[in-house]
Amino acid sequence: MSPEPVRLEAPLSMEDIEPLRAGDVVRLSGVLYTARDAAHARMKETIERGEPLPFDLEGQVVYFTGPAPARPGHALGPAGPTTASRMDPHSPMLVERGLRGMIGKGLRSEAVIESMREHGCVYFGAVEGTAALLADCVKEAEIVDYEDLGAEAIRRLVVEDFPVVVVNDLYGGDLYREGRERWRR
Amino acid sequence: MRELCIEANTRLPQEHLSALRRALADEESELGREVIERLLENAEVARERCIAFCQDTGYAVFFVELGSEVRITGGELRAAIDEGVRRGYEEGYLRKSIVRSPIDRTNTGDNTPAVVYYEPAPGDGLKLTMLVKGAGCDNMSALKMLTPAEGLPAMKRFVVETIERAGPNASPPLTVGVGIGGPFEKAAILAKRALTRPSGEPNPDPELAVLEHELLDEINATGIGPAGYGGTQTALAVHIESFPTHIAAFPVAVNLDCHSHRTASAEL
Repeated sequence: MSPEPVRLEAPLSMEDIEPLRAGDVVRLSGVLYTARDAAHARMKETIERGEPLPFDLEGQVVYFTGPAPARPGHALGPAGPTTASRMDPHSPMLVERGLRGMIGKGLRSEAVIESMREHGCVYFGAVEGTAALLADCVKEAEIVDYEDLGAEAIRRLVVEDFPVVVVNDLYGGDLYREGRERWRR
Repeated sequence: MRELCIEANTRLPQEHLSALRRALADEESELGREVIERLLENAEVARERCIAFCQDTGYAVFFVELGSEVRITGGELRAAIDEGVRRGYEEGYLRKSIVRSPIDRTNTGDNTPAVVYYEPAPGDGLKLTMLVKGAGCDNMSALKMLTPAEGLPAMKRFVVETIERAGPNASPPLTVGVGIGGPFEKAAILAKRALTRPSGEPNPDPELAVLEHELLDEINATGIGPAGYGGTQTALAVHIESFPTHIAAFPVAVNLDCHSHRTASAEL
């Protein structure tokens, strides 16, 4: 969003995310997987049963969204981020298994932040009220699994220059906290 | 009803767009200004293409001002509203976000039932005001039963605390609906109703208008800013609605609305 965004290609490596700091503006290209409440609950059950997840988590970025239906000719309908804290109970389980990034909006729990620092994962913020613009960054979208969940199904997206901001980095940086402290009067 | 659903979800009200433009001019944080610019650009794209500007196309909430001389013939008004929601959400490519119950979370598939509040009115008119209510910000709303002794200072503190607690989750810059008075449920409905007032239009009661202004300043001093990234524009407007209450009570409800503030109305 500000002048010089960092450009990254997902899936991400540790080398990709180590230089990132809270407040950095990033343009993501490559692959994202969508999952929100119901998909996370189902992934938890899958892990507990010892079965394989719908996709290999290593290096991947999960986008918390449930898109609106697409008009003909569009890969995806409007798709802004949903509130990430609802995924807090499930996120550490995915982070421990190699997840390298999450995109959402809103505060994360201490447990999630700690697990991201321990295992190497970054939380990115996107702006919910820019759903139509974000959908324009999506070049391909296909349902990978949990099709019965409709908008909540797991989709594999191929995106170009998807605009996000680093909220929680690997070093305890937190844009929400730092931004508020800086501008509080 | 179908048209109202599509209009509310694809066109931000003019007053809200003006409020966002003012916030863009006033915002001191560079990242905050970038967020507001993107919100305005998004509103433009959504309007041009007739697509939803937020994927959470919400609860369909209707306030119905029903004239005492109006007789509905040929069916139930309630059923007509649901039918309009069904068509609007299907034909407008809007997301269906309503589940059958909080426990059995099966999607109803057509965004019904609508949430309908009837308001008796004089005359032969029928006015429908729709509020598209996203859940992210509704989830961060709160109600408290204050005591008369705690009074106005506690009420102001509660409003600001609710916004502090919501932080980035409610997708600021916010429109803040505050309901005071009545018994428990009345305050909550007033807070929701307050969100349907044209953005930034003050309460006709000068005392409440001053209070709205003071609260807006306090909220913008929190530093939360656009998208919660830090900044001076955390809320665009505070709307307070008041109702008589009990000698023992001072209920206050705070209903938050995100930067995608969606209302539309029609008179029949």
